[in-house]
Amino acid sequence: MKSKEYRLWQILANAVMLIFTLGAIIPFILLIIASFTDNNWATVNGFSFFPGKWSVAAFEYIAASWKVIGKSYLMTILVAASGTFLSILVTTTFAFAISEEILPGRRLLNFMCIFTMLFQGGMVASYFIWTQVFHIRDTVAALIFPGLLMNAFNVILVKNYFTFSIPESLKEAARIDGAGEVSIFVRIIMPLSKPILATIGLMTCLSYWNDWTNGLYYLSVKNGSQFFTIQLILNQINENISYLSKNASQMAGVNIGSLPSTTVRMAIAVVGVLPILVIYPFLQKYFVKGITLGGVKG
Amino acid sequence: MAKNTTVLLSKKKRPWRRIIPLYMMALPGIIYMICNNYLPMFGITIAFKKLSVAKGFWGSDWVGLSNFKFLFQSNTAFTSIRNTVLYNVVFIILGTVISISVAILLNEVHSKLASRFYQSLILLPFLISWVVVSYLVYALLSSDTGLINSLLKSLGLNTVNWYQEKSYWPVILTICHIWKGVGYSMVIYLSSIVGFSQDYFEAARIDGASKWQQIRRITLPLLKPTVITMFILSVGRIFSSDFGLFYQVPKNSGALYDVTQTIDVYVYNALMKNSDYGMSSAASVFQSVVGFAMVLAANFIVRRYSEENAIF
Repeated sequence: MKSKEYRLWQILANAVMLIFTLGAIIPFILLIIASFTDNNWATVNGFSFFPGKWSVAAFEYIAASWKVIGKSYLMTILVAASGTFLSILVTTTFAFAISEEILPGRRLLNFMCIFTMLFQGGMVASYFIWTQVFHIRDTVAALIFPGLLMNAFNVILVKNYFTFSIPESLKEAARIDGAGEVSIFVRIIMPLSKPILATIGLMTCLSYWNDWTNGLYYLSVKNGSQFFTIQLILNQINENISYLSKNASQMAGVNIGSLPSTTVRMAIAVVGVLPILVIYPFLQKYFVKGITLGGVKG
Repeated sequence: MAKNTTVLLSKKKRPWRRIIPLYMMALPGIIYMICNNYLPMFGITIAFKKLSVAKGFWGSDWVGLSNFKFLFQSNTAFTSIRNTVLYNVVFIILGTVISISVAILLNEVHSKLASRFYQSLILLPFLISWVVVSYLVYALLSSDTGLINSLLKSLGLNTVNWYQEKSYWPVILTICHIWKGVGYSMVIYLSSIVGFSQDYFEAARIDGASKWQQIRRITLPLLKPTVITMFILSVGRIFSSDFGLFYQVPKNSGALYDVTQTIDVYVYNALMKNSDYGMSSAASVFQSVVGFAMVLAANFIVRRYSEENAIF
């Protein structure tokens, strides 16, 4: 039954997939091992999968400076949670409205939404609108509103779900019982839409968790650093290093103590990805679903 | 019949009682799109102005196309446009070929457990931010502590100062792009492969077709619509680049700009580092207008060639 061709393909497929799998995770393993390497040993010998001297000093450093790191962690969680909540609220209410055929102008609203995917004003125009019109520079709103709150893809996904997966008869029955549109939305639509909400919620949460560009554009080190998320701390360390290497002669002007050692930097990166690495196995199928839903046209 | 009468009834019975709440629900979304998407579209006008701090954003003088003239006369702008397009061409071709190959091979893996394992781990890089990727790359490439240099040293070879040596970066950036993105496109292609009717493959097997023939004659042709959709989307973005990849991974190192600076990095540096509003807005507007034209063009071509695959 199992032909020679079958076995050959099994070997080939497994071998190639194994190579890609190892390629995908080896950098993470190196990062984790690097964060547990003794800093002096690493300075002399470089990072290795088998360091000669292990150490938890980097994590002790993080624990000691938990005031900064912990605060940025809290900020990340706050931004991701409130951003995801607002995003779901705005996306689902808008999608619900344009999914109701009775709404005059729903085609226009639908087009308005899709057009945002085709044409954007560009980064500079967005930057000027957000800073000159809405003055969000150095506020926490800068981490939540620009770009991420609602996107047309999610609107289309949710709208299609409302239209095709929720029977019209349920809404009709509720209307006969005297329910208004808002209570239909809250009592019938939302509870029945848990799968799609979980999927887009997860993807939105991930994009808030991983976002660093909004902070880069709208938060300054001087006045906005109290809102720095863990990604922005990691970015700021990068900026400081490149500042140092560009201005090596003026090093006296920079507080060198603010630049953590290499292994500490690796440890902060580990702390930054840890939640994703821990949560991922449990939510893996929702991520895959989010990609397959959003990947091809809605 | 019963359903029709209720629809008629509810339409007759003061539809405004339904419409007004619906508009209220649509309102936050409308407001957000106006703020986030439509105002910036009008904000494009700043590319035709000479921004002066004294006169403010709205009061600055119109200067016509002179910002664009300066932009296209500058070498950096030319380099960043060239880099953006070249990287995208390489990414589209290599990315498509690799993702499809990986998806097809993953589909061949018989053990469900193994294939789930492979898929989960290959997707992992997609979930982390470019900032973290820059740390991973740094662990490999740092000139004094990087793994690659210690390997070179232990082999008795000369070490490389990676962040100063631009000749390697086109390859490094391509690897990073594939590394982070292959899981995503693999999942998309795989979901389409899994959906193919098994009858075709059954029939081919009965006719004695080899696995390779099945892939060439059945899987690949059936994948065509997905590939075309993904292709239109990528061509539409051919003047955009992944800011994180080109900004974070090379750590915005000036020595590498020739090969790492794309339009998005150029716009960021011009706007935030040099406060050069004219050049940055011109580059940004060029990017969005040409990008829009590219989406329309790609869709137009696909529409003529196979209408059912066009996006709109």
